[in-house]
Amino acid sequence: MFDSVLVANRGEIAWRVIRTARRMGIRTVAVYSHADADLPYVREADEAVHIGPAPPAHSYLDAAAILDAARKTGALAVHPGYGFLAESADFARQVVAAGLIWVGPDPAAIEQMGDKIRARNLMERAGVPVSPGSREPASDVTAALAEAGRVGYPVMVKAAAGGGGIGMGVAQDQAGLRSAFETARSRAERFFGSPEILIERYVERAHHVEVQILGLADGRVLALGERDCSVQRRHQKVAEESPAPGVPAELRQRMLAAAVLAGQAVGYRGAGTVECLVDADTGSFVFLEMNTRLQVEHPVTELVTGIDLVEQQFLIAAGEPPSFDAAAVRPSGHALELRVYAEDPIRFLPRPGTITEWEEPAGEGVRVDAGYQAGNTVTPFYDPLLAKLCVHGADRDQALARARQAVAAFRIVGLKTNLAFHADLLASTEFVSGSYDTSLVSKLRPT
Amino acid sequence: MAEVRAEMVANVWKVVAAEGDHVDDGDTLVILESMKMEIPVLAEGPGVVTKLHVAEGDVIQEGDLIAIIS
Repeated sequence: MFDSVLVANRGEIAWRVIRTARRMGIRTVAVYSHADADLPYVREADEAVHIGPAPPAHSYLDAAAILDAARKTGALAVHPGYGFLAESADFARQVVAAGLIWVGPDPAAIEQMGDKIRARNLMERAGVPVSPGSREPASDVTAALAEAGRVGYPVMVKAAAGGGGIGMGVAQDQAGLRSAFETARSRAERFFGSPEILIERYVERAHHVEVQILGLADGRVLALGERDCSVQRRHQKVAEESPAPGVPAELRQRMLAAAVLAGQAVGYRGAGTVECLVDADTGSFVFLEMNTRLQVEHPVTELVTGIDLVEQQFLIAAGEPPSFDAAAVRPSGHALELRVYAEDPIRFLPRPGTITEWEEPAGEGVRVDAGYQAGNTVTPFYDPLLAKLCVHGADRDQALARARQAVAAFRIVGLKTNLAFHADLLASTEFVSGSYDTSLVSKLRPT
Repeated sequence: MAEVRAEMVANVWKVVAAEGDHVDDGDTLVILESMKMEIPVLAEGPGVVTKLHVAEGDVIQEGDLIAIIS
């Protein structure tokens, strides 16, 4: 095992990675922008290096500055967290070229999965179901219209190189497609540096279910259960749970098997996530995309399996076997994650500000992965995630009850948060029933 | 005369309207960016943009004046 790691990220995920590294006796190096100098993860690391001003392009996306920090501190490995450079094959290659260990999959696997069109084509060949959609990018609006005509409306329009729901839009007809295409293309160029657009059939009442996979150092690919991520606003997740309540056992087995095939198709190593859309009416599922990194909502899987996924990432990157018996993984109980965002709980608009009081809930089955504490300023430069409130219970009812108590006990003063939304979610008949889909948030918050 | 003020801390990503422009209710004046989200700031009634107080790249605070529409 390497004895030191640089965490090329910020906020809650940097702190979370540092915690496991410390437990394993690995020295940790944090990097931070000017805006983040006071955040807890900077203090929790053994060493911290200032890498630039607040805008991500000049700090957390600056590969040269990060590699320089690794060189200066003698860090032997780089953990990218999620977002920023985590899915940059180019950065992964630079890390390896600098003689460091990349805590992630092979850069070729990142590249194959990073392009959503290429990934779909690859999955189709590997025998993983995909929805009707583009086999090559729609280069202009005429091509998009032709493609949508072939696929059939409604269609989803998205950036082939994209993520995080940015630029994604649904079109019900040709007029809608024209406008969605223009929006998607301008966002795609601006956020992802590529104008390539993917058109695929939109599933109206879908469950968004994903499978956690782990590619071991010996080449085996494991599926460690699924997570339901259907609670979304603006195509971004707000709450996740495992097991997925609307997925019958037989469908779950088929999805897990397909996720293993997906991982094997790219020789996947490390932690990854295969995202699928499940059509609740027909019991069928299609591949959506694969995230070649640790997922934001990974704690849900950790809580039901008892496996520390960051620990496995480190072991796999070092070429070592996992810390658990792959043949004896038995998920137990039920887990939920609620993303606590700095945003108003009604319209979900960003609300940066200064935190004057911060009191986390505690108790049996409660885990908080926080990025902030009292006194910190939440700036407009990064995503609004303040903390992940996670709970585990013997069954879904107990997990829901613990979640309600924890939400009520979480006290954040000084800025607006979406905690009030989570209280509403946990009280809603539809969420409590377990038979909800991606339209749930728009029903709870009609505009 | 209507003052258009910022609802939140944000960066000014794009200035869409110019001083002297006639705008209608719902027209986009500027587009802010905060926490990886683009937030259009709209005119709340018809009028002429008599003053624009922000430029692209500015960081503005909650309550800051963005534009005056007369």
